[in-house]
Amino acid sequence: MAQDDAALSARQPARSVWYNDPYKRGIAFQAITAVVLVIAAVWMWQNTLENLKRANLTSGFGFLTSRAGFDIAQSLIEYSADASYLRALMVGLLNTLSVAAAGIITTTILGLLIGIARLSRNWLIRKLATVYVEGFRNIPLLVIIFFWYKGVLNALPNVRDSIVLPFSMVLNNRGFYFPAPVFGEGSGAILIALVAGIAGAVFYARWAKAKQMETGVRPPVFWVNIALVLLPPLLVFFAFGAPLTFDLPVAGKFNINGGSMIGPEFMSLYLALSFYTASYIAEIVRAGIVGVAKGQTEAAYALGLQPGRTMRLVVLPQALRIIIPPMTSQYLNLTKNSSLAVAIGYADLVAVGGTILNQTGRAIEVVAIWLAIYVSISLTTSLFMNWFNRKMALVER
Amino acid sequence: MKKTLLTAAIAAAAFGFGVSAASADTLENVKKKGFVQCGVNGAGLLGFASQDTAGNWSGLDIDLCKAVAASVFGDATKVKYTPLSAKDRFPALQSGEIDLLARNTTWTISRDTQLGFNFRAVNYYDGQGFMAKKSLGVKSALELSGAAVCVQTGTTTELNLADYFKANKMDYKPVVFEKQEEVDAAYDAGRCDVYTTDQSGLYAIRLTLKQPDEHVILPEIISKEPLGPAVRQGDDKWFDIVSYAHYAMVTAEEFGITQANVDEMLTSENPDIKRFLGEEKDSTIGPDLGVDNKWAYNIIKAVGNYGESFERNVGEGSQLKISRGLNNLWSKGGLQYAPPIR
Repeated sequence: MAQDDAALSARQPARSVWYNDPYKRGIAFQAITAVVLVIAAVWMWQNTLENLKRANLTSGFGFLTSRAGFDIAQSLIEYSADASYLRALMVGLLNTLSVAAAGIITTTILGLLIGIARLSRNWLIRKLATVYVEGFRNIPLLVIIFFWYKGVLNALPNVRDSIVLPFSMVLNNRGFYFPAPVFGEGSGAILIALVAGIAGAVFYARWAKAKQMETGVRPPVFWVNIALVLLPPLLVFFAFGAPLTFDLPVAGKFNINGGSMIGPEFMSLYLALSFYTASYIAEIVRAGIVGVAKGQTEAAYALGLQPGRTMRLVVLPQALRIIIPPMTSQYLNLTKNSSLAVAIGYADLVAVGGTILNQTGRAIEVVAIWLAIYVSISLTTSLFMNWFNRKMALVER
Repeated sequence: MKKTLLTAAIAAAAFGFGVSAASADTLENVKKKGFVQCGVNGAGLLGFASQDTAGNWSGLDIDLCKAVAASVFGDATKVKYTPLSAKDRFPALQSGEIDLLARNTTWTISRDTQLGFNFRAVNYYDGQGFMAKKSLGVKSALELSGAAVCVQTGTTTELNLADYFKANKMDYKPVVFEKQEEVDAAYDAGRCDVYTTDQSGLYAIRLTLKQPDEHVILPEIISKEPLGPAVRQGDDKWFDIVSYAHYAMVTAEEFGITQANVDEMLTSENPDIKRFLGEEKDSTIGPDLGVDNKWAYNIIKAVGNYGESFERNVGEGSQLKISRGLNNLWSKGGLQYAPPIR
């Protein structure tokens, strides 16, 4: 385009001054924009340095290695008040990632089911799904988070009146406690057996598919694969004499001690994020399914496929191409929305960073860390989803 | 380059535009605006800063803000309050959003140096304590091993808590919130066994719980918490005005000058009192401080002396009924001591 213009102006040299030439004018405007941006950036940078100096504040990231001095309740890695600020940030980051990962999995399943339910031929299911979508989509997320949190705190009993569930599981307003598995000697072999089993299942599924393509007869896949995944680890497990014990939750003086615990903060944030985002995903799924030409369904019915199979084998694979791109932005939203955790005291990246900001006074540095980390998480998610999208895209033969 | 831009953008948000407007001379700035912008406790801490149903503020910290306004303008109503959470208070002062921070804030060396503030006057000597449900049967903080403890983030309380439990080889589960209202609600709902904050705060918060009688404040005080007003470092004139607003209230109590008798005291023959109230001929104490010569008179007329303010807000005249203790005058066994006004 630009070259065409350049060629055009070259052919008619004397007709006008340079600033009437669209090509040169374009370059001039871009240069002006760039200069203004750079000047603004330099000005802000200088201003910041000067203001920091005037406020008698120092800057730099050296503080990250100093002792944190505060405790964090929910931590996936070893952490104590003696650890560094950097370690504290890691704890916050992992908490953010874990709630986002759990939320994304749940919200996808939930959204898919509700999206399909909105198109159901059953009047009640269809209306219930509509009520769900319209309800959750039109309530602010923070309100849903508070709803779950206050709901959890107020509906569940105190520690002393805990609900005791089977298998030593305990539920009260401090969290959900369950036995923590303690792996003994030989556990590594079980893991290897499990991985081998999964690999075997994948290969078997591929072979079965090739067989089906070739002969038109589909070998039994589902039950064979279940056996392939479960049997090897179980055999190894018993061969090593069942090297697995459980650390059971026990009632202490104040709290339940031992076992594993999921706190009410994580629970309410996870539920709120999943339920809220699922309402959007349901609409995306519905749009995707409706977007597949009706003839596809009718053709499948004409071939004698049942409605369930039609959906699973014919409609959904085509709908996915429409669904994936908007789905990516919902995943990103969910991850970013997890920063609302600060309202209910879940120790996510923003909450921990806020504490550090307050104890050290390093506002600019902490905000810079937040930005950098959220941008990285979002870009990584986008990259993965783009790859997945390309994989699912229509391959023309 | 990309990184620089990024940092600059943040910087712009936090500092680039904010501070440039606030001049280094806070007094000039305050006079130009016509009011003092005072950062106070946003959650409403009874006795320190809380609002009645009509929206009027009262409390020890509020009295200090009023005293500064009375000192500068001769009019205690020329104050505007910015309610702040523990987490937001320091950036608010650093960025120049407020002129002084009177938000039951503990004076520590790192806040004095690293955060770029100045502390001097202490308007309440406090210490960190614990509150627990009576039904737990706990008699001492040393029996708290394994307890879930509710605490507000970004406070010295949070750090003292970690240190105290570590020093006594006990463990605990911190339940941390950003806002005091959230901590209150979580404790009341039984999310944690113990509530920890400054002891004066525990007395105030206990009154707001559903059943105040069912909670006991444990005897241990685990830290020193000198609470006082903070200003930005590097503005000594404003620092002096704020510090001496408090010292004037203490001095008035030493002299026995009260809100009620301050007008009579103007005719006192005592040279110390005459000088203090600006009645000494050719005295330049007020102008040297940067305010009117009647500054101390204006303060006492507006909020009374320190003892009056204490009794009205946290002492016998209030719901809290806290005894003077460390906050009595030095001459009566406490720590409140003002430099001579001469």
